[in-house]
Amino acid sequence: MRSYALTVGDTSLILAQRLGELIGHAPALEEDLALANIGLDLLGQARYLLSHAAQLQGNGGTEDDLAFLRDPQDFLNLSLVEQPNGDFGQTIVRQFLVDAWQLELFERLQQSSEPKLAELAAKAIKETRYHFRFSSGWVVRLGDGTEESHERVQTALDALWRFTHEMFVASPAEQEAVAAGIAPDPASLAAGWSSRVDEVLKEATLKRPADVAYSWHGKRGQHSEHLSRLLAEMQSMQRTYPGAQW
Amino acid sequence: MVAASPVEREVWRLLADVPDPEIPILNVIELGVVRYVRDEHERGIAVGVSPTYTGCPATEVIQASIKSRLQQAGFESVRVDSVLAPPWTSDWLTESAREKLREYGIAPPAESVDSARRLWSEPTVQCPRCSSKQTERVSEFASTPCKALYRCTSCLEPFEYFKCI
Repeated sequence: MRSYALTVGDTSLILAQRLGELIGHAPALEEDLALANIGLDLLGQARYLLSHAAQLQGNGGTEDDLAFLRDPQDFLNLSLVEQPNGDFGQTIVRQFLVDAWQLELFERLQQSSEPKLAELAAKAIKETRYHFRFSSGWVVRLGDGTEESHERVQTALDALWRFTHEMFVASPAEQEAVAAGIAPDPASLAAGWSSRVDEVLKEATLKRPADVAYSWHGKRGQHSEHLSRLLAEMQSMQRTYPGAQW
Repeated sequence: MVAASPVEREVWRLLADVPDPEIPILNVIELGVVRYVRDEHERGIAVGVSPTYTGCPATEVIQASIKSRLQQAGFESVRVDSVLAPPWTSDWLTESAREKLREYGIAPPAESVDSARRLWSEPTVQCPRCSSKQTERVSEFASTPCKALYRCTSCLEPFEYFKCI
C-alpha cells in the first residue's frame, strides 16, 4: 500500500519539480504563473501522498525523508514525468498527457476503500480539471497554430508518446493495490484516457503516434538518467545539510 | 448538530480576526475554510481547517495564525486539524466575502460549482471596477492558484477573478 501511494505521489512530485524549473523561464509571464501554480497543486498532492506513505512505513520518517533522502531507484514515478522540459511544446504535451491520465485516475480513486486516497482524489480532481483545460487549450493553440508551432508540438508528441503505455500496465505496487481493492486497474483507465486525448488531438490537427512496444519501467524504479539529475538538484540541500529547515 | 458552547462561540469570534494571508481583507471564516470548532475540555480546543488548494502555501500560515490568535486570547492548548473531505469549494465563500472581494478589486466566483458544464463554458465575469460584463480571460492562473487573470474590454483594466472550484 505504501508503494502505491509512492507511485501516484512520486509522479506528482517529479512533475512538480520539472515545472518548478520553469519559474522565471517560461516564454510569457502568464504561462510562467500557470505552470508554477500547476506545479504547486502537484506538490500538494505529493506532500499528502508521501506523508501517507511515511505513516504506513511507521518508522517515524516523514514526507521530507521520502522526497529528499531516497535514491533514484526507490522513486516509483511514471517515466514520462521525468522527461526534460524541452521547448514549450514538449512541456505542454507532457502536461497534457499526464493531466488526462490524472483525470481518469482521480475519477476512479475517489471510490477507493482507502479513505486517504479517496479524499485526496476528490480534492485533486477539481484542480486537475483546470490543469487539463490549460494544457489541452495550449495543445490546440500550438497544434492548430503556425506551421512551426504545429511541427514542434507534433515532434514533442511523437517523442513522448512512447512513455504513455506505462500508465496502463500495472506495476507490482499497482497489482498489490488493485488486489487489495484500494486502486483501479491501470488498464481500465486506457479507454477513457484515449478518447479524451484523441478529442483534443483532433481539434489540434495533430496526428496520434503509433503505439510502441512497452519498455519503460519508472513505476518499478527503473529510470532514465534524467531522474538522477533532477534529484541531484532537488535533494542537494538536504543531502548537504541533513535536517536543515527554513 | 450540537449547539456551540459559550467557549466555542468565543473561539468563532476570535477566528474572525484571523486574515487570509493572501487576500487579507477576508478572514478565515469568510473564506469558508473553518469546518468546525470543538471544545475538547482538558484536551483543549480543536479547529478543523480545509485547505483551499492542495498545495496552497497559505494553508500553513493560516494554521499558525489560528493557533497564535487563540493562544493570545488565553487558550493554551490548541490543535488545528487539516480537513480534506469534503473538499473546500468556492461556494463556501460567504456573501460578505463576495462583496469584500469586489470592493478589493477581485471579481468573486461567477457561479456555483454545481452548475452544469461549468468548466467547459466561459462564465460571464463582471469587472469589479466598472461592472462591465465585457471582459476576457487572459490566463487560467494568476498570482495565486485560486485566481485567474482577466481584462475588462470596457475600462481596459486588468483584474483577478476568484475561480469556481
